[in-house]
Amino acid sequence: MGSLFDFMLPELKSPLTGASTDALMGFIHLVSFIILAGVTIAMIYFAIKYKRKSDDDQTPLITHNNTLELTWSVIPLILVFIVFGWGYSGWLNLKAVPDNAYEIQVSAYKWGWTFSYENGAQVGNEVHVPAGRPVKLVMKSQDVLHSFFVPDYRIKQDVLPNRYTYVWFQADEAGESQVFCTEYCGTSHSDMLAKVIVHTQSDFENWLASQNTGGGGTPVERGESLLTLQGCVTCHSVDGSEKIGPTFQKLFGREETMTDGTTLTVDENYIRESILDPGAKIVEGYQNQMVSYEGRLSDDDISDIIEYIKTLD
Amino acid sequence: MANHSTSHPTHVQHHFVDSDQQFDTAKLGMWVFLVNEILFFGGLFCAYIVYRAWYPELFQMAALELNTFWGAVNTVVLIGSSLTVAMAIRSAQKNQMKGLKINLLITIALAVVFMVIKGFEYAHKFELGIFPGDFYTYEGLDHPQANVFFGIYYMLTGVHALHVLIGIGLIFWIYLRARKGEFSSEYYTPVEITGLYWHLVDLIWIFLFPLLYLIE
Amino acid sequence: MATAEVSPASTGTKKTFKVKRYIPSENPKKTFFTEERGLWAWLTTVDHKKIGLMYLGSVTFFFLLGGILALLLRTELLTPAQTFIEADTYNQFFTLHGAIMVFFVLVPSIPAALGNFVLPMQLGAKDVAFPRLNLASLYIYIIGAIFTFIALASNGLDTGWTFYTPYSTESTSSVIWVTMGVFILGFSSILTGTNFIATIHKLRAPGITWSKLPLNIWALYATSIMQVLATPVLAITLLLLTMERFLGVGIFDPSLGGDPVLYQHFFWFYSHPAVYIMIVPGFGIISEVITTFSKKHIFGYWAIALSSLAIAFIGFLVWGHHMFTSGQSAVATTVFSFLTFLVGIPTGIKILNWVATLYKGSIEMKTPMVYVFVFLFLFSIGGFTGIMLGALSADIHLHDTYYVVAHFHYVMMGGTLIALLAGLHYWWPKMTGKMYNEFQAKIGAALIFIGFNMTFLPQFIMGSQGMPRRYYNYIDQFTIFHQTSTIGSYILGVGFLLIAYYLAKSLMSGERAGSNPWGSRGLEWQSTSPPDLHNFDHTPVVINGPYDYHKPMEEFQLGLANAHDEKH
Repeated sequence: MGSLFDFMLPELKSPLTGASTDALMGFIHLVSFIILAGVTIAMIYFAIKYKRKSDDDQTPLITHNNTLELTWSVIPLILVFIVFGWGYSGWLNLKAVPDNAYEIQVSAYKWGWTFSYENGAQVGNEVHVPAGRPVKLVMKSQDVLHSFFVPDYRIKQDVLPNRYTYVWFQADEAGESQVFCTEYCGTSHSDMLAKVIVHTQSDFENWLASQNTGGGGTPVERGESLLTLQGCVTCHSVDGSEKIGPTFQKLFGREETMTDGTTLTVDENYIRESILDPGAKIVEGYQNQMVSYEGRLSDDDISDIIEYIKTLD
Repeated sequence: MANHSTSHPTHVQHHFVDSDQQFDTAKLGMWVFLVNEILFFGGLFCAYIVYRAWYPELFQMAALELNTFWGAVNTVVLIGSSLTVAMAIRSAQKNQMKGLKINLLITIALAVVFMVIKGFEYAHKFELGIFPGDFYTYEGLDHPQANVFFGIYYMLTGVHALHVLIGIGLIFWIYLRARKGEFSSEYYTPVEITGLYWHLVDLIWIFLFPLLYLIE
Repeated sequence: MATAEVSPASTGTKKTFKVKRYIPSENPKKTFFTEERGLWAWLTTVDHKKIGLMYLGSVTFFFLLGGILALLLRTELLTPAQTFIEADTYNQFFTLHGAIMVFFVLVPSIPAALGNFVLPMQLGAKDVAFPRLNLASLYIYIIGAIFTFIALASNGLDTGWTFYTPYSTESTSSVIWVTMGVFILGFSSILTGTNFIATIHKLRAPGITWSKLPLNIWALYATSIMQVLATPVLAITLLLLTMERFLGVGIFDPSLGGDPVLYQHFFWFYSHPAVYIMIVPGFGIISEVITTFSKKHIFGYWAIALSSLAIAFIGFLVWGHHMFTSGQSAVATTVFSFLTFLVGIPTGIKILNWVATLYKGSIEMKTPMVYVFVFLFLFSIGGFTGIMLGALSADIHLHDTYYVVAHFHYVMMGGTLIALLAGLHYWWPKMTGKMYNEFQAKIGAALIFIGFNMTFLPQFIMGSQGMPRRYYNYIDQFTIFHQTSTIGSYILGVGFLLIAYYLAKSLMSGERAGSNPWGSRGLEWQSTSPPDLHNFDHTPVVINGPYDYHKPMEEFQLGLANAHDEKH
């Protein structure tokens, strides 16, 4: 059913959450199309058939017709009851997380996502999940409202700062799907994207085991992963391209002019200050857009980030 | 039934057929406005209900900070002023212009008393550091959301106090017009609709008092 | 000389009046334009017609502003990354486009501009109940507009027209100026609503019983009730939001212990009825135009009249359907979804009744009627996609995507704005006494129809495929839809320019319009074009319904016989 309107939907990759939605959308589109065609044809037919012949045309007095009016009130009423029930059951299914769901913690912030796993692994803007198993995301925002949307799975849920919300899905095959933020959250709202990366069960376990669970690697490697994880790279490029904030490429040791006209050479202390108190000194030509990372990054984290930035020549 | 070729009394605007129609229309308009006022306060009451349902213990604790005695006095004062405004309308209907003016003045006096008491209440809270929102510094209430209660308290009583002030202005204006002899038993529409407004202001306080002060 | 037994609105009991026929002059010497002339007279006028026209001018100005913003937005979206403006500028533009179109154009457009002009005339009254309040509402509107301009001139606004917390409590833009502007504007809306309710109840000409009210009046009545009941809640919400920013009261801000979902409840409690405040007056216009141009009694008068009230009532109970993904409680979500479908029924009934009205009519496809057909087609699409969005599981997928954007443009623009255009072209000869160029007007309607569908149909597809709204950058797969949409919006722009051109031209050199060029039975047409300062030079008496096209015209031109006539 509804194959006529299939072109409107992206390929369904989580049938357990999306099949009912797709069928319902097909049904509504089809019924709407039939009624719309009926109304339009009737309108045009009447306009031609009963075209005004002269200004003295007499029209019959037809004030109402109870049977007819009742019919076209009751039939739509029945139709919308069907739609309501269908939509409701589909929605209950979206709310009922299967017991064996694999749980991942999600933290949303301006403008990125951090996904945390049971073993302490953290990934920024990529959520790796096993295929063929329900996955539950438990989500919370660090600042304003966001919304987690995966069109391929037909799921969406707002992410709030003062309570946890959740979604679930089950991707059947390995592959990738796009994640959007759909609750407007400011300057880079439209860049607050992420990917769902679906692995087969065994690949997923390998991937999880290989994840750096903190502490490993050189300071430069840790700094590099922190930049992605904390979303710094959403606004600061590492290759010199222009984004919301100044690029990190060749940042260390660079001479910058501030908005108040003073100049300074970027050193460890300036970077540290800019992370903890972003509004203190703003480089000319940029706006104060950044939130403080105080409490989100430890002193060691900041040192690692500085070490990494030093390498970006 | 007159059409517009017959002469109107001076107080009847040109687009009304007669004095009765104008009076009915004005009164209906005022009632519609009052409904709208109730919805306006209704929004605040909703915020109150929601937060009270979430933090019932906070509302009980915080109510103890409010001075029930002066709240009760203010309730009596306002009910009294509602009575005098009703008497003012009655005087107008009976064409007793002196009674009208005296009752209006008493109403204004009572409204001022209300505001003075309210002012002392506010001053006392400010001394304790109970300011709205961010400026809240009081430490006598052991609850993380205490500032929210007082946020709601200040919004409700503040918006109400603003209505009292507007009411004082309106009644004073009616008094000035009464002094000029603009009203009679034939025409007292402004007195009547201002009275309606004043009753509403009173009514809202009658809800505010138990909701904020008298929570056990 | 004849008599008629009718009941005046002021008493309600039936009385016998001496009546006679008044034929409006085709070449009036005195009109509301020629009397009380000059800028000062206009600025201080209490005449509902002049106030209506000034509202029309203000609304047109804001429509132009909002429209230019829309075209800039569409131009930016020609390419997936930056085309010509910064992300922050883009965010400000869509916020202002939304806020201006909703609060400054759609809400006041039909009631305050056309309604102000037509309502007293359809009731046979000389003015609205409170003319000075009417003028005050215009000035309050302008003060609200000034506040918004101050915001524009300072930091702009980037929160989206919904001002969702906590973004709006954190944003560095001029949230306070705009919320105060909209707060002030709300009073303008409340005053207009109050005025209309009192006028409809108390100022009807002798003989206009509730069952003889034009459907436009029923629609404006339902609208006014919603304005009076919903706007104060918006007012208090915006006041709380302002206090939140000034003082940090903490009711909506989670970092102070408040709840952002509560803000959404407050906001939509107004803003959903506001959707009906915008569309229901449009329904009124459609009923008037469709009967006039099919010369036929409306099909199902009571069904249409009462469905407006039903929509007004149920419209208050569905606000939560904007929040299916917000994290509100499951019970609330279920109930709101169910009620949303119920509100669809009266709307569907109206559409079918209008189509049925055409049956066996004498149909003349003049411009206003063309717009009615456009309305019926576009608004139906808006309605059906509304059913889609009311269905819970489908809404989860579609919420906050371009599907929603397309849906509300089909309803608000394809519905309200097209109805406004229908009404504007219908009453233009009455308001100005001039006739526009019919051929150009039809070309304009065609451009609007084509441009509109080209702009918004692709948005349904890309929304359904997952394109989120309020996106400055987008992923490449959506490019073709965005580009089609942008080209469509340019065609729409040209259409509106053409309309502005021929309407302006008709003012200078248009043909003189007769008092009743469409042969309507409506009471507003039984006056001169343009009308006299007091609308009628007699007190109209109504004995027939407004759509009794089977009765001869002379029965619709009755007025009280005055004392002078009685002597003869």
